Amino acid sequence: MTGTGVGPELIRLDGASASYGHHRVLTDVSFHVHEDQFTGIVGPSGAGKTTLLRLLLGTLAPIAGDVSRRPDLRVSYVPQLETVNWNFPVTVMECVLMSRTRGRRLPWASRQEKADVHGVLDRLGIGGLAERHIRQLSGGQQQRMFLARALLRQPQLLLMDEPTSGVDVSTRHDILHLLGDLHEDGVAIVLTTHDLNGMAAHLPHLVCVNHRIVADGTPAEVITPAVLEQTFGARMEVLEHLGMRVVVDEAPSNFMAGGG
Amino acid sequence: METLLEPLSYAFFQKGLVVAALSGALLGLIGVYIVLRGMSYIGHGLSHSIFGGFAAAQLFAAQFYALAAGLWGIASALAITVVVKKSRVGADAAIGVITIASFALGVALFAKFGSSGPSFENALFGSILGISVGQIVGLVAVSVLTAAFVFLRYRALLFSTFDPEVAAVSGVRVNRIEAALMIVLSLAILATLTVIGVTLVAAMLVIPAVIARMLTDSFGRMLAYSTAIGLASGFVGMYLSYYAGVPSGTMIVLVGATAFVIVLAITGGRGLRRSAGLDSHSEDLLAEPAA
Ligand SMILES: Nc1ncnc2c1ncn2[C@@H]1O[C@H](COP(=O)(O)OP(=O)(O)O)[C@@H](O)[C@H]1O
Ligand SMILES: [Mg+2]
Repeated sequence: MTGTGVGPELIRLDGASASYGHHRVLTDVSFHVHEDQFTGIVGPSGAGKTTLLRLLLGTLAPIAGDVSRRPDLRVSYVPQLETVNWNFPVTVMECVLMSRTRGRRLPWASRQEKADVHGVLDRLGIGGLAERHIRQLSGGQQQRMFLARALLRQPQLLLMDEPTSGVDVSTRHDILHLLGDLHEDGVAIVLTTHDLNGMAAHLPHLVCVNHRIVADGTPAEVITPAVLEQTFGARMEVLEHLGMRVVVDEAPSNFMAGGG
Repeated sequence: METLLEPLSYAFFQKGLVVAALSGALLGLIGVYIVLRGMSYIGHGLSHSIFGGFAAAQLFAAQFYALAAGLWGIASALAITVVVKKSRVGADAAIGVITIASFALGVALFAKFGSSGPSFENALFGSILGISVGQIVGLVAVSVLTAAFVFLRYRALLFSTFDPEVAAVSGVRVNRIEAALMIVLSLAILATLTVIGVTLVAAMLVIPAVIARMLTDSFGRMLAYSTAIGLASGFVGMYLSYYAGVPSGTMIVLVGATAFVIVLAITGGRGLRRSAGLDSHSEDLLAEPAA
């Protein structure tokens, strides 16, 4: 599985900076997204991961630097579950259908559209839930529903914000497999995560972010104590297990009475 | 039966009934988007600022007051949207100041110069009297426009209401949709102002939508229910206001509020859970008619 980005370019950020009002969040970020990209953006909460996705998406304009996007690029975005109003009155079917805004203008779904939605839901293993309200799903099912909405557009690039936060281990494995398959099928993928062991270590390419790009490379290259300390501002120990990097927190020496 | 049919023999009552039912349906339909976007304070602000335009316009150009008030309303709608988008804090306060000042201007003009159109009380609380053919035509036109907008832009409207950022990424022109919604909203407020009343229009934007939300988890059904509840409230309210001899808007809102209580009693905890956090401003509005 490649993913380090060698195919034709889809999006490029060159020296981009971003802020909300006077609050500077990202400085001098250069990041090129290629056709065969499969990248995890890693960083602590508040580091600017979501903001970096917004720059790629074009929903936030950089205050400095350049963004260019291939014309007619079809991007799908899966937002973080925590940002969604789960009390909104939509069923799973209504939610997934949202991404079909082009072409057909009638409110109700055509038979073909319904079949398409059921097809994607089946593929993601939530086939029976089309008529449920979105609140009546588990975290993993909600994540799959948004993935279904994203896939219905048949994107060339899929951006996902924290796809494995708030889901259980087996769902996390399922999602990883699914993303792997999608990548094999030629979809470029960029996702964010703060989960080093559960997510980042399994991806082919990582970008470590803490208000700027700290490091960039394969897990073997960037999952090191030095990079992690710069990224997360905390000391961590890195072990090797079956050829994979495993990160262990180093508890502060005075954490427990009499410890250290 | 006789007493029920009696008012129908008056042409003004027939007109009033049609206008009230259509107004209720129109506000019920748009109200779904307003409530789900947490924008009911805008409906509240708009109706008050349109009142200022309404009062000022009829002083200077009696024939064109509806047009002028409409322009004033659209201008304030767009101004409010810009204020909300641009400012980080205090958008509510800014809107409050602008719209209440506009409302006060309207009250002052009414008090000083009187009115060539509806009386002061009628403008505030709605009246069946003085509904002109022009107004009916206007209301029908706005209703058709609104229905066409909701029908033809259904998915774009839904997507940008639920999740504007993802909608924008998926090719929905979110800003355009929002501007169009604000224009439709101000036209709807203007068209229903005389029969529902300035102070009560905002309540009719909220009540049917909240009731509909308590009844269903589906967006499509919520739109249908809210429209139907608005229509029924307008119809029944207008009838009752005839017998009770009170302004039509107050009765229409009271009928809506009664329906709310009944549905709340039936759906109980489930209805409350569904409507929870719908719109933090809606409680203030619902409380207003009693104040
Ligand atoms: N819409 C916004 N308006 C103002 N500040 C924001 C907004 N979104 C994020 N921020 C701030 O920007 C910083 C980075 O946020 P974000 O990109 O969401 O980080 P991450 O996704 O890595 O947790 C945080 O301090 C956050 O409070
Ligand atoms: Mg984030």
